[in-house]
Amino acid sequence: MSNPASASRYFVPQPSHWPLVGSLALLLLATGAVLAMNSVAGGSLVLIGGFVVLAIMLFGWFGRVIGESESGSYNGQVDRSFRWAMSWFIFSEVMFFAAFFGALFYVRVLSVPDIASPDQALLWEGFKDQWPTAGPAAKDLFTPMHAWGIPAINTLLLLSSGVTITWAHWGLLANKRQQLIVGLAMTIVLGLVFISLQAYEYFEAYSHLNLKMTTGVYGSTFYMLTGFHGFHVTLGATMLIVILVRSMKGHFTAERHFAFEAVAWYWHFVDVVWLGLFIVVYWL
Amino acid sequence: MGGEMARYTNKNSDVSRLRHGSVGLLMAGLLGTLSGVANAAWEISLQEPVTAVARRVYDLHTLLTWVIFIIFIGVFAVATYSIIFHRKSKGHKAADFHDNTTVEIAWTVVPTLILIAIAVPATTTLVEMRDTSQPDLTIKATGYQWKWGYEYITGDAAGVKYMSVLATPRDQIENKAPKGANYLLEVDRPMVVPVGKKVRMLLTSSDVIHNWSVPAFAVKADAVPGFLRDTWFRADKEGTYRGQCSELCGKDHGFMPVVVEVVSTEKYAAWVEGQKKEMAAAADDPSKVWKLDELVARGEKVYTANCAACHQPNGKGLPPAFPGLDGSKIAKGPKEAHLDIVIKGKPGTAMAGYGAQLGDTDIAAVVAYERNAWTNKLGEVIQPAEVKARRGK
Amino acid sequence: MQATQHAAHTGNHDDESHGHHPTGLMRWVTTTNHKDIGSMYLWFSFIMFLVGGAMSLIIRGELLAPGLQYVSPEFYNQMLTLHALIMVFGAIMPAFVGFANWMIPMMIGAPDMAFARMNNWSFWLLPPAAILLVASMFVPGGAAGTGWTLYPPLSIQMGMGMDLTIFAVHILGMSSIMGSINIITTILNMRAPGMTLMKMPLFCWTWLVTGFLLIASMPILAGAVTMLLTDRHFGTSFFSAAGGGDPVLFQHIFWFFGHPEVYIIALPAFGVVSHVIPAFSRKHLFGYTSMVYAIAAIGLISFFVWAHHMYVTGIPLTGQLYFMYATMLIAIPTGVKVFNWITTMWRGSLSFETPMLFALGFLVLFTIGGLTGLVLAMTAVDIQLQDTYYVVAHFHYVMVAGALFSAYAGLYFWLPKWTGHMYHEGLGKLHFWSSMIFFNIAFFPQHFLGLAGMPRRIPDYAQQFADFNLISTVGAFGFGISQLLVLVVVFKAVKGGAKAESRPWDGAHGLEWTVPSPAPYHTFEEPPAFDPAEAHA
Ligand code: HEA
Ligand code: HEA
Ligand code: HEC
Ligand code: CUA
Ligand SMILES: [Cu+2]
Repeated sequence: MSNPASASRYFVPQPSHWPLVGSLALLLLATGAVLAMNSVAGGSLVLIGGFVVLAIMLFGWFGRVIGESESGSYNGQVDRSFRWAMSWFIFSEVMFFAAFFGALFYVRVLSVPDIASPDQALLWEGFKDQWPTAGPAAKDLFTPMHAWGIPAINTLLLLSSGVTITWAHWGLLANKRQQLIVGLAMTIVLGLVFISLQAYEYFEAYSHLNLKMTTGVYGSTFYMLTGFHGFHVTLGATMLIVILVRSMKGHFTAERHFAFEAVAWYWHFVDVVWLGLFIVVYWL
Repeated sequence: MGGEMARYTNKNSDVSRLRHGSVGLLMAGLLGTLSGVANAAWEISLQEPVTAVARRVYDLHTLLTWVIFIIFIGVFAVATYSIIFHRKSKGHKAADFHDNTTVEIAWTVVPTLILIAIAVPATTTLVEMRDTSQPDLTIKATGYQWKWGYEYITGDAAGVKYMSVLATPRDQIENKAPKGANYLLEVDRPMVVPVGKKVRMLLTSSDVIHNWSVPAFAVKADAVPGFLRDTWFRADKEGTYRGQCSELCGKDHGFMPVVVEVVSTEKYAAWVEGQKKEMAAAADDPSKVWKLDELVARGEKVYTANCAACHQPNGKGLPPAFPGLDGSKIAKGPKEAHLDIVIKGKPGTAMAGYGAQLGDTDIAAVVAYERNAWTNKLGEVIQPAEVKARRGK
Repeated sequence: MQATQHAAHTGNHDDESHGHHPTGLMRWVTTTNHKDIGSMYLWFSFIMFLVGGAMSLIIRGELLAPGLQYVSPEFYNQMLTLHALIMVFGAIMPAFVGFANWMIPMMIGAPDMAFARMNNWSFWLLPPAAILLVASMFVPGGAAGTGWTLYPPLSIQMGMGMDLTIFAVHILGMSSIMGSINIITTILNMRAPGMTLMKMPLFCWTWLVTGFLLIASMPILAGAVTMLLTDRHFGTSFFSAAGGGDPVLFQHIFWFFGHPEVYIIALPAFGVVSHVIPAFSRKHLFGYTSMVYAIAAIGLISFFVWAHHMYVTGIPLTGQLYFMYATMLIAIPTGVKVFNWITTMWRGSLSFETPMLFALGFLVLFTIGGLTGLVLAMTAVDIQLQDTYYVVAHFHYVMVAGALFSAYAGLYFWLPKWTGHMYHEGLGKLHFWSSMIFFNIAFFPQHFLGLAGMPRRIPDYAQQFADFNLISTVGAFGFGISQLLVLVVVFKAVKGGAKAESRPWDGAHGLEWTVPSPAPYHTFEEPPAFDPAEAHA
């Protein structure tokens, strides 16, 4: 079974302690986060401990998977399983974002107009239906984000990164390792620039635009959506770096490179989410 | 146990007794073991309706109960036949069939038709329930943790405004005294409306979601903080009708009843008259200078009505969820901070701001009370003018 | 279940090729074997069932008579919340994941799950989540007292127990998503040659759709509780009108998850029953194709009916009408399933061993629960019944008598395959009959309470509700005690008893019955030959 030479269709991995380490990591992360949020002493230490254990687990587990992959344990069927799994995983991510897009849609189309309607005048006299808004009880003014500054540049960056990664893929398929590595590196750079611009944008928003998490539903939806997106870009970039390192070590062949494709799919997914964000959060 | 007083409403009529009869029979039949005891103490259907809409809902429910009962009997008659006659122990041999498009279509189409048939009365009833247009009077009900505030918006009583709090004594709840007839369903001041008039209810809340519900009117609507929602009823019989908050709203969710008194037009007019007089008499002179004992006496009343649910009559609270005020930092510290938390509350906790609910005098009184009761003997007087000055800040 | 351990060591495979295998506790912690993991899921779920059940007895104890008896209202609310969360996420869902782990690879002729190592993680995420939930009772402020629906603003007011609950939900969500990805991939990619999707056992079909529902709805719940968390701690205002948000928004998101969730609980139960009824009718399942379409239809429609939980929140009339019609639609595919089961029995050769008894109990009581669901679907009537005990009765009929009974049917059905021993039939029958009787004593009177207007989620009630509540409490305790019989039955079967043949039920079909009992530690190392005539069992 685990003997790659056998004609079996099936691969079943050895017993492993990594899942347990992962569970411990999440237990620590959750406990630490709860303690920290409730300002209990030592909370952040537990939280940091959780991150450390998580990092160890990720290294160990993925290291193991990469080892198995490189030693040829994975046959065509395992490859197909991975493809199904990655597709469903991305689908679950889509649904996660759907919750926040749904919330944005709801406040813009339903709750804000409702609060501003004459029916609610007894409670919120004088509030006008407008977007962006920080809600009827907002005191301070704020400046909303505009689509045609950094966000537009970011859109360009991400779109071009979609091109560069495809170019890298072509390189891999045509066995042009140089093209593969350069393409990946360009993609990573574009991603990192994106993240930096995003960080700069947040900094500006907090220091000059008075646009914060606490700025009513506009601030809430803005930071929640762009924040989770930024987090996913960071994840994607990290995965790209791993792929780059593996490519430089000579991993992957033109025929067998599921890990590369998985990360590429993920990157495209992050890209598409951004387009959604650009349109409904920044532009319209 | 419940006996005579176990009935929710106090009137009865032949029509609804008939209705009770039919659903009763059906339900009791299902229950089997209890079928002999289906009397008033064992209510087994919806409460007796006292509005046209509630009657329609009642009938709709009766209809649905019959429909599902008949479907159930029909379906399981077939199953029972199989269970009795197609047993292996009786030597029955299994037939060999596993598909039949005709029956498959039949049992898709027939249920569809049944559903369409019941959708019709369900739709018309609902449309009627939602028609809040052209009310004779409008009342706003605000949910608080854990009491209802009523404010008459239009009609003769416009401007009348008061709180309605559970009247059942603590001793009864803690099983230290025998329970009264309307245990948990009684309030100090019920909502009063005239008979035969269309009443539009506006619902909102000051803290969490509550739900204003009176089963006899077939009325149930959420009171959502920050939003006004409406519903209506037109009661056609005088009487006292009781319901309960129907959305989990925290620890005393089970203890915030809704009581509506439906009275004749004359009685209603008299009630309105009385309310207006009382309000005029109770209006406080904002510039009056209060003496400590007066203030504390008044403060104790305000405290019992508004604060004791959480901070407890003895000021010890229910830590850690609800802090004690006896000896607390704020209650013994500078009075500005004390006034602020009472006026503005503390967002994200159960401590609501009482600035809108209570007048300057009441706030002054309750804060003075808290600073002088229990072991907090600060001997400090707080005047309404100080509250007023603090409000803007 | 213990027996698999022996199988592992008596070994019909050579350990050499597998390198070092840990033993003792580490064996369970590190295992990548679907049977081990299935057993762990089942044990975990049963322990959680006892914990959640003990909480329900605290609830029922408090409701024994009017007045406050044993617990404070705050604690009552906490019990209510934990009871529901533990039962739904800790007991029922893991039970069916356990069945999926044990049976799906054997049913489709695969050696294991597609991702055996991740499978282990899916399971081992559950204990931390359970720890967080249980720990929440002991932090300042206690556990969340919001009901399992976690509605804000009430949930914003709660103490740190609420945060623990939020993170527990996140972890449970991860576990479910990974588990579902694994199950779906196994079903889609690991079937024995010749087993097309339309020849696959129905249990696999129900899990295929359930997996989809989980992957689509769990992330939504994660999003909802994340917004709750930021509203609690980071000053966002998703659920506060003052900032332009809306508390009702949470309810929309929650029920967009919550309604599919109830079918996540129901569908695998349907799957189990679709195996048990044909086996004990000694006939093929009637209408396999329409069953598959019905499952798919139920799964699909379940995403479009969520606001039937929100009829009284003030959604517009058109919304109420739409959701009413959409909800009614679900009765049609569900009806198709009920009719197919009954026609399967028709002119069969029926016998009534314990699995069949539980399947029949399921059939009768689930239908009652479904039919009361239909009453609730009618907006005008639901406005009377919403948040009353009628709803409580409805969902315990579909979840306890529906899902739990069907889990028992599956347990008795497959126990011989797992342990290699027949269970004690007399005890099994006693378990069934006492459960059936006490269940109805506990929950049928709740319909009347609800109709008469008793709200749910209250620790104390008016006097006219006293009699039915007393009956219900008596029934609940009887039901609870009856459940301890399962432990006895399972222990006896693990320890010994009559040897089970590879196919202990003469009417049963499918690949799982071609391997010996107990099933060897590794089954189907090579793809088995699949005989299409064995399909549609
Ligand atoms: C396993 C779980 C499960 C299942 C399967 C169902 C199934 C159904 N449920 Fe239930 N429900 C819950 C679990 C479940 N429910 C829970 C947990 C809650 C409460 C949550 C909370 O608030 O805490 C709830 C609440 C709930 C409500 C909200 C009540 C309220 O809060 O006011 C409604 C309203 O529409 C509803 C409806 C239905 C319907 C129409 C079905 C249908 O799917 C039923 C279909 C089945 C049949 C109809 C029977 C068989 C069919 C036939 C024999 C064919 C012939 C029939 C006809 C032609 C009518 N449910
Ligand atoms: C699948 C899910 C599931 C299951 C299996 C159950 C099982 C049970 N439930 Fe639960 N219940 C819910 C899901 C479930 N419930 C949900 C979702 C809610 C709504 C919560 C909310 O409003 O937010 C709810 C709410 C709920 C209420 C309403 C409370 C209220 O609104 O105030 C009640 C009251 O009777 C109740 C009772 C029971 C009982 C008696 C059982 C029994 O079937 C349990 C039987 C099991 C045992 C009793 C344990 C076994 C035995 C022992 C531990 C040994 C000790 C026993 C003895 C000494 C007797 N449940
Ligand atoms: C619904 C429950 C509830 C009610 C009713 C309530 N409070 Fe509070 N109160 C709280 C909670 C919870 C806190 C703690 C807030 C925090 O976390 O700081 C609090 C805090 C306080 C404090 C500060 C105590 C301290 O030392 O931290 C004062 C003073 C106070 N309340 C006064 C009042 C007064 C006066 C009333 C009535 C007019 C009242 N409360 C009604 C729940 C309530
Ligand atoms: Cu107010 Cu429940
Ligand atoms: Cu539902």
